[in-house]
Parts: sequence; structure tokens; C-alpha cells
Amino acid sequence: MADTGVAETLLRWVEKADVCLLPAVQVISAELRSSKHWELTGEGTEIAEQGSHEARVFSSIPLEGLAQSELMKLSFGKIGFSKAMSNKWIRVDKAHEGGPRIFRTVENIEDQVREKLLLVQRGNSCELEEKEKNELKKRRLLSEVTVKSYWITKGSSFSTTVTKQETELTPEMIATGSWKEKTFKPYNFEAMGVALDCGHLHPLMKVRTQFRQIFLEMGFTEMPTNNFIESSFWNFDSLFQPQQHPARDQHDTFFLSDPALAHEFPQDYLQRVKRVHSEGGFGSQGYKYDWKTEEAQKNILRTHTTAVSARMLYKVAQQEKFTPVKYFSIDRVFRNETLDATHLAEFHQIEGVVADYGLTLGDLMGVLHQFFTKLGITKLRFKPAYNPYTEPSMEVFSYHEGLKKWVEVGNSGVFRPEMLLPMGLPEDVSVIAWGLSLERPTMIKYGINNIRELVGHKVNLQMVYDSPICRLDS
Amino acid sequence: MLRTLMPRGKPGHEELSAGDDVGDLSFIQPVSNGWTSQSGVKGTVSGSYNRLVGSFFIVCWRGLAANMPTVGVRRELLFKALGRAYTDEEFDELCFEYGLELDEITSEKEIISREQGDSKAAGASDVILYKIDVPANRYDLLCLEGLARGLQVFKNKLEAPRYRRVRPVSGESQKLIITKETEAVRRHAVAAVLRNITFTQERYDSFIELQEKLHQNVCRKRSLVAIGTHDLDTISGPFTYTAKPPGDISFKPLNQSQEFTATQLMSLYKTDSHLRHYLHIIEDKPVYPVIYDSNGIVLSMPPIINGDHSKITLKTRNVFIECTATDLNKAKIVLDMMVTMFSEYCLQPFTVEEAEVVYPDGKACIYPELAYRKEKLSSEFINRKVGINESTEKIAQLLTRMCLRSRATGVGDEIEVEIPPTRSDVIHACDIMEDAAIAYGFNNIIRTTPHTYTVANQFPLNKLTELLRQDLAAAGFTEALNFALCSQEDIADKLGKKISETRAVHISNPKTAEFQVARTTLLPGLLKTIAANRKMPLPLKLFEISDVVLKDETKDVGARNSRRFCAIYYNKSPGFEVIHGLLDRTMQLLEVKSARGDGYHIQAADDNTFFPGRCAEIRASRSPPPRCNQPL
Repeated sequence: MADTGVAETLLRWVEKADVCLLPAVQVISAELRSSKHWELTGEGTEIAEQGSHEARVFSSIPLEGLAQSELMKLSFGKIGFSKAMSNKWIRVDKAHEGGPRIFRTVENIEDQVREKLLLVQRGNSCELEEKEKNELKKRRLLSEVTVKSYWITKGSSFSTTVTKQETELTPEMIATGSWKEKTFKPYNFEAMGVALDCGHLHPLMKVRTQFRQIFLEMGFTEMPTNNFIESSFWNFDSLFQPQQHPARDQHDTFFLSDPALAHEFPQDYLQRVKRVHSEGGFGSQGYKYDWKTEEAQKNILRTHTTAVSARMLYKVAQQEKFTPVKYFSIDRVFRNETLDATHLAEFHQIEGVVADYGLTLGDLMGVLHQFFTKLGITKLRFKPAYNPYTEPSMEVFSYHEGLKKWVEVGNSGVFRPEMLLPMGLPEDVSVIAWGLSLERPTMIKYGINNIRELVGHKVNLQMVYDSPICRLDS
Repeated sequence: MLRTLMPRGKPGHEELSAGDDVGDLSFIQPVSNGWTSQSGVKGTVSGSYNRLVGSFFIVCWRGLAANMPTVGVRRELLFKALGRAYTDEEFDELCFEYGLELDEITSEKEIISREQGDSKAAGASDVILYKIDVPANRYDLLCLEGLARGLQVFKNKLEAPRYRRVRPVSGESQKLIITKETEAVRRHAVAAVLRNITFTQERYDSFIELQEKLHQNVCRKRSLVAIGTHDLDTISGPFTYTAKPPGDISFKPLNQSQEFTATQLMSLYKTDSHLRHYLHIIEDKPVYPVIYDSNGIVLSMPPIINGDHSKITLKTRNVFIECTATDLNKAKIVLDMMVTMFSEYCLQPFTVEEAEVVYPDGKACIYPELAYRKEKLSSEFINRKVGINESTEKIAQLLTRMCLRSRATGVGDEIEVEIPPTRSDVIHACDIMEDAAIAYGFNNIIRTTPHTYTVANQFPLNKLTELLRQDLAAAGFTEALNFALCSQEDIADKLGKKISETRAVHISNPKTAEFQVARTTLLPGLLKTIAANRKMPLPLKLFEISDVVLKDETKDVGARNSRRFCAIYYNKSPGFEVIHGLLDRTMQLLEVKSARGDGYHIQAADDNTFFPGRCAEIRASRSPPPRCNQPL
């Protein structure tokens, strides 16, 4: 570094680098000191020398007056004229022969503007009031100047040789070992990292994966639920849900116009279903109504995945020898309902089913306890409820520590014999089952208010990008 | 099939060149409702958490939540009937145990103020009301009388009353004669008489309210059964239940000052907020049902309206109840409910005077049936099904507390259970078993682990889907999740296709166009996702693996699901190579080689959905078959 311009270099240095960083380097320490003062502008300087425009107008008008057109030819004419007019130093005689003519109205004038500017020029600006200075600033005759200066002293590790700090480690530095001698510019650890370009899984699907995992951990086999279209027979009748049940209403269920009807049914099973509905049997009084095949044939969008459970249990019943099964499914179901912030026409149902000899209500509670423990819910209690296809039926409640109350988390029950026996399952086989929705726990997990921001095309992609991994038990 | 995406849209957008912003998705209908603002969401997360938890998971299983009737009772009257006062918490607990739900604690004033504003509520009563949700099959709990009786018996404070059918003191029972004409519209009718009943305002209100609750529930909005109640002292039997053309029926209906013909009534009630919902039941029938007394006075025109002449008042002492129906079994149940609930207020409590119903073929039946049915089962059965170990006597006591009077017969562990007419929900031994479990207390049952040994299997298609999704996200694409239902336009017009070519299944009763069909392709959903997320930084790379639905005559229901994979790349420049790269990566993951013949390749194709010359179809040979079972 040459001797000349040290101050200049230092200044550049101080200005460029964060002043706050320099003390850390401890080569020099710099203290910022700034001051303000008033200066005349170019126009202000001219006025200080030659007088204000209005004063110059006044002095250029002889006693006999001056034609306005002549005045306007002067450089200060226009501005000076209006100011002098408003100061009432001059007057215009518009009716004058040979065009408007200007006359003095006073004998002497006092050029205050010039006086004030001269004060500033002499460095006595403090004698002027703030208001006066601001007025002159508005007329662009004065300007306020800030002078920044640094008070520079030697730092604790002052040195006359300055090494440039490295920003990044390079392969060459490592190869040559030069990194040992170099100093590195410190990182700013306050800043965020770079946003990565990555793909994301949908939060609802992440929760689905976890529920799937839980069932698999518990030894449950996944049911093939890839059939959204179902006949009323499998969706309702096989489940001993009577044909006049409100759930089978047009207001609750989507019916199909094309293909409107299902055609193939296991005929002898269908006859047994018909009998148990209309006359009873299998120990039941039945519903005692006129059961119609046409009603059972009506195709719908399935209203629950329990329709698939029914198909699967029927299949199990057709085996030569019954073997215990544990089934689960998580898939879409459809309801023709009024939509709101928490209800859509389609949602995902989670369902678990266990079929074995001699299962008890206590077993159902035990399985539910295990299942919900895996979701991080350990405090459960059960409320008697009603489902057309389960008896007993239980609503599952969990204690919510935040709300200090019991909230419903699912529904469960033991399938009715009127459903199981016509399928051909052995009489001493019990089937326990439970269901809940996938959307609600997901909305709670991810703090989402409106279901439309979670499911469907109105999804908030930013939410998808930002959603954390899903650990249900923590 | 996976297609490389260059949306073209409808004619008019065809002049788009390769350099144009392919993101011009203006052909997609703008989403009707705006975004809920980001800040709004963030600002309410903590609040919403609590609100949501209140109703936690949606209950999927059908039957309960949506159809659970709610009964409103005055708290003081309920406690009076229960013989003691409860704190709200104690009563809530009792409800929980019994399978009821104390849904809301409110008052008439509060309800009116909430629904119509404070000003309207000024004069209303602020007596505390309990709104109690009742299981949909327990018709015997739909009024204060039944609720109190059930709970009293449950708490061992009352023995379940025995309901008796009696012959009239005069010896001559009321007669309802059904004529043949009713067969065309509503063929069944049953009847009974409540003799020497004493109404108070509260009892009267409850009596009317129970009819309404029954109408809404078991009667399926009067379509299966309609109830008519009449002041017997204003009319004289025998009564005739017949059906006539609407022009021939004329009477003064309830709360009207003049006579109307049935035809006039139907148009009068078109605008009635309550009655208009029932008109459709008979509207298009050639004849309407009507009940006359022996003097030609109209009792009712079921299921629409009663006559004004025979209306019951607080002073009514003798009530004639008729139920007309399309379902006889339900009519009997409804009649039994009406008389068992309110015979409590008769001079001889829990007795009901019989009525004779004569059918067109001359056959006569006596109603109400008030049938008590006896079932025998073993205590071992109940212990085994519930998972408890109680003595036969104890189980008989448990059942008796549920209004199912039971006793140990002494033959082994046999229990004889008597099912009263109020418990039409008990149709199988499993219903009895459940009642024993409720009386025992669900939460007193020891939770056990079944010994069922099974090995878990994943559904192969889902397993493949799960694995592939992970790797597609790893490839930088973000998963979208769209509805399986959509409008016809979405899968046809907007993609430049004809609906007839789509093999789509059609919904017959959609409430809006959003639910006209099941999607046949995943593409519209992804395009709509982009349209709704145009504020996001580019590029957008989205994918979805999900089911579409196609008609398929080889299936029992005539349709099947098909698992699809669709991906979309949205940027200022088209980026065909990006989507092509994703295809190559996908095939690599699926172990399908890039080769003609034994593998996959893409070739130019013409498709109305895509920009000309910017569409390729993927062809894969099946030998050796890729490991996935479904075409992708």
C-alpha cells in the first residue's frame, strides 16, 4: 500500500466493509462521526453576489418605467418580476401606450434574501431561524449538507500490512496447504439457507402412509378397495341396512345413471339377504318389509369402504375352512352431502376389521386401545351407539388434554349376525371393526382450517411444500 | 397412459407457439371461490385446532351421526321426572353411560336469539333446555316421558311399567274400516284410543313433539307412516279410511277458518315451510287418502293434514289415534310408541283402549298390538360375547335395568328375556347382549388382546403406488390430490374431447355440476391445481397417482377403477424434455428398458388435448411384462 492516499484507502475500506465487522478484525477501529451544515446552491451564490432576482428587477427599472417585454428579456426577468410584484415594489400599467409598462412603486428596497444568503456564506447560518432556512431551501438557494467522517485509531491487532480475507475454501488451498496461513471471512449464520428445489409428498398421503404402516405393524392385510362404484346390495343390503334407511336417500348418496344397475350377484346369498331383511331368520326378527332386488341393484358411489369389507368377508365365508383374518383399508368414499369447511363430497375412510372365533367386546376395546396408542392417543373410553350393521356399537372417545374433555375419535362395533350368517360364516365367528376418517386427523396434525386447502385443486401448494414429516405418535 | 403435457385447450388457443407461455390456462374455468388468505389461515391455526378437536375425526360409519335425532327437554321437568337434580356434568356422564349425548344446554331465548337475533328473543323463556341426541333406533327415548322412564329404570329407581291393552268399558271398541280404494295410495292403517287422559300444557307439547319426532325418523318424513290424533268426543265412529279423487275431498283443515278441496290444499301448502315437504308423497296419485267419521266429518287427509274439527286441545280427555302407512310393521311400531309413552297420563296409567281395524277383505285386527315377546338365551352367551364373567342372576338384573324384564329360569344358565313393545329395536340376541354390556358399563369391561395370528400383506397395487410416489417426489415432483368427481366439461369439452368417448360413469343426482361424473383422467385435476396456484414461483412440477373410473361391462357393477399416474410441468418455457425425463426415470424405476420391441418408447401422436406436434404416446411391449400389474 503506497503512502499516499492512505487516508483515502482507509476511507474506502471503512465505507465498503461493514463498519461493525472491522472491530472484529481488530486492525483498526473506526468511529463514525457525522455533522451537518448549510451551503449555498449555485443559484444562491449568484444571488449573494448580485442580489436577488426581484432586487435586480427593481434596480433595472428606470424612473420612466420599462416595457414589460423588455424586462422579460433579462435572465432574471420572469422570476424577479412576480416576486417584486408580490413584494409590491413595482406595478404594471397595462393600458400604457406601446404595451404594458412597469414602474417602480417604492423608492428604496431592502434585499433580505441576499442579506440572509450572505449570512450563510459567511458561516453565520445559525443567526437565521430554521423557518427562514427551510424557505430558502425550498427556493433551492440553500442546501443542507451532511459530512460523514470516521475517527480512526489503531485496533488491538494493528498491522501495516493487510491480508485480503478469503470467502471460500478452494481445492487449491487444501492441496497447497495455503489455507493454514489464510484468514477466512466469517459466515453470516443469521441468514437462512438456500431454498432447495425439491419434490414433496401431499400431507394427507403422508398421514395415509402412517396409518397404513400402523395397520401393517399390527398384522392387518390391506383390502383391495379400488372400486369406487358399488351396488346398493354390497354397500347397504349385505350390511343389513334396510332399504328405507335414510342413508339410502337421494340426499345422502350419489346414484349412477350410467351404468345405473349392477347385474351379477351371488344368487343364493342374495336370497338369504332378502330373507333376513324381509322375514328374519338366523335368530333375527328381520325388518319385516318388502325387500326389492331392484333397489339392491342400484349402482352408487360407495358411501363407505365397509362395502369392500362385506365383499371380503363373503369371500372368507366361501372358503372351505374358515381362517381368521385381519383386514384394513384406507380409501375414498362419497356422500351427497351439504359441503362446508370440514365436509366434502368425498373423503378417505380408514377401516379395520378382525374376524375370528370367539372375539369379545373386550377384544374390540383392546384392539382399539392398541391402534390408538400408536396414534399417540392412550386415554380412551367408549360410549354405546347405534349403527345398523354393528351390535354392540361403540363410539370411541379420547381425552383431549388441551380441551380438558372427551372428544370423539372413531366409531366401532361387532358386525351383526344378520350380516355375517347369510354370508355363510360359522356361527361362533365374531367380526369386530372400526372406522374413522383420514382428513380430520390430518387437518388437526397440520393445523388446516378449511378442508379445501388440503384436498382438491384449491390446495395451497405452499402448505404442501412446507408440511413437516408425519409422526402420529409424537 | 402417461402423456407429455402441452395443454392446448379449445380452439382459439391453437395459435400458441412453442415459445409461448404454456401456462396460459385461461381455458380452465376460474375457481369460483377465492383463496382464503394465507394470513387468515396462519392467524387462526391455534384457534382452529381447538375448534376442530371438538368434533375431531369425522365419523365415517353411516347411520349414527347424521341421523341421530335430538330431543329437547326442559331441565326442571326432566329432573322432576327423574326424582332428583343433577349437575350438568353428572347428567352428561349419565347420558354417556346410557348411550345418549347431552348435545347442548340452552334455552328457548338463546335459540331464538341465535337464529333470529336478540330483539326477537326479548320475551322468550329462559328456562334451561337440554338438547339430547338419541340413537336413531330408540324411538322410545324421543320424548321426556320415555327418556325419564328409561333412565329411571336404568338407575333401578323404577320398574318398567307393563303396558296393557284393554277393552272399552262400554264393550264396544272404536272401529276403523279400510276401503279398497286405499290400495292405490296408502293401504295400511292402525288405531287406538287413549281414554281419560289428562293433558297439561307440558304434556300436550310433548305429545305433539313426539309425533313430529316419529314423523321425521321411523316414519321417514311421513312417507312410511303418518300419525293423526283426534279428540274422540268431537267425532263418532265407526270411522272409514278411504281414498278419493282430490276434487271430491273437502274439509276445514287444521288451523284454517274455511273449507278447502284437497286440490286447493295442495296448492295452498306449496308455500308452507313445513307441509310442502310431504306433498310429493301423494301429489301424483289419482286418489288421496282420507278418514271420515260416521257423520262424514273429515278426521284427516294423511299424510298431509288433519281436520280442524277433531283437533285435540288441553281439555281433550279421550284421544283417537290413527296411523296410516305404506309399511304395516312400522305403523304398528309407531302406534305402540304413541300409546306407551302417553298412556302414563290416563286415568288408569299404562292402559290403552283397543280399536278394531277392518280390512277390505273383511278381516279384522285389534290394535295396538303392544306385543311382549319372550326370548331365551344363556348367560354364557352374553359373558362370551361381551368378555365378562357374571352370574346368570346378575345378567338378568342387568337386562331388567334396560327395560328388558329378565329372569333366570333355573334351567342351567338360561335367562328368559321379555322384550316390551317399546323396544322394537331388539330384533336379535345380539341386541340383548348389547343391552347387558351397556348396563354392565362399557368402560368396566376389561380390554383384552385377541389371539388372532395373521401375517400382513399389502395390496400389490397400493404397494407399488406407495413406492413409486416416494421416488417421484425424490425426482423433484410434488404430489397433488384431486377429487375423483368432477363435471362433464372437465373431462370432455375442456380437454377437447367428446363426453361420449370418455367411458365415464354418470351420476344421476348431483347437487352441483362438480359431481356429474367420476373422472376418467387425472389431467384436469392437475391443470386445475395449477390454475389455483398461479401465485406460486415457477416452475410447478406436479404429479398424482390415483384411481380413475371407467365403464367396464365385464364387471358386476359395470365399471372399474383404473390406477393412473399423471405428471405436469408448468413453466415459462414448455420443457417437454423435463416431462420426458420424468418418464425415463419412472421407467427406470419400474425396470422397463428404453427400446423398441422389448421395452418402451415414445412416438408422436395426435390428441385434441395437446398442442399439435407436441404430443407423444408411450408404447411399452409386454414381454417381459413390467412388474406393475396395471398399465400406467
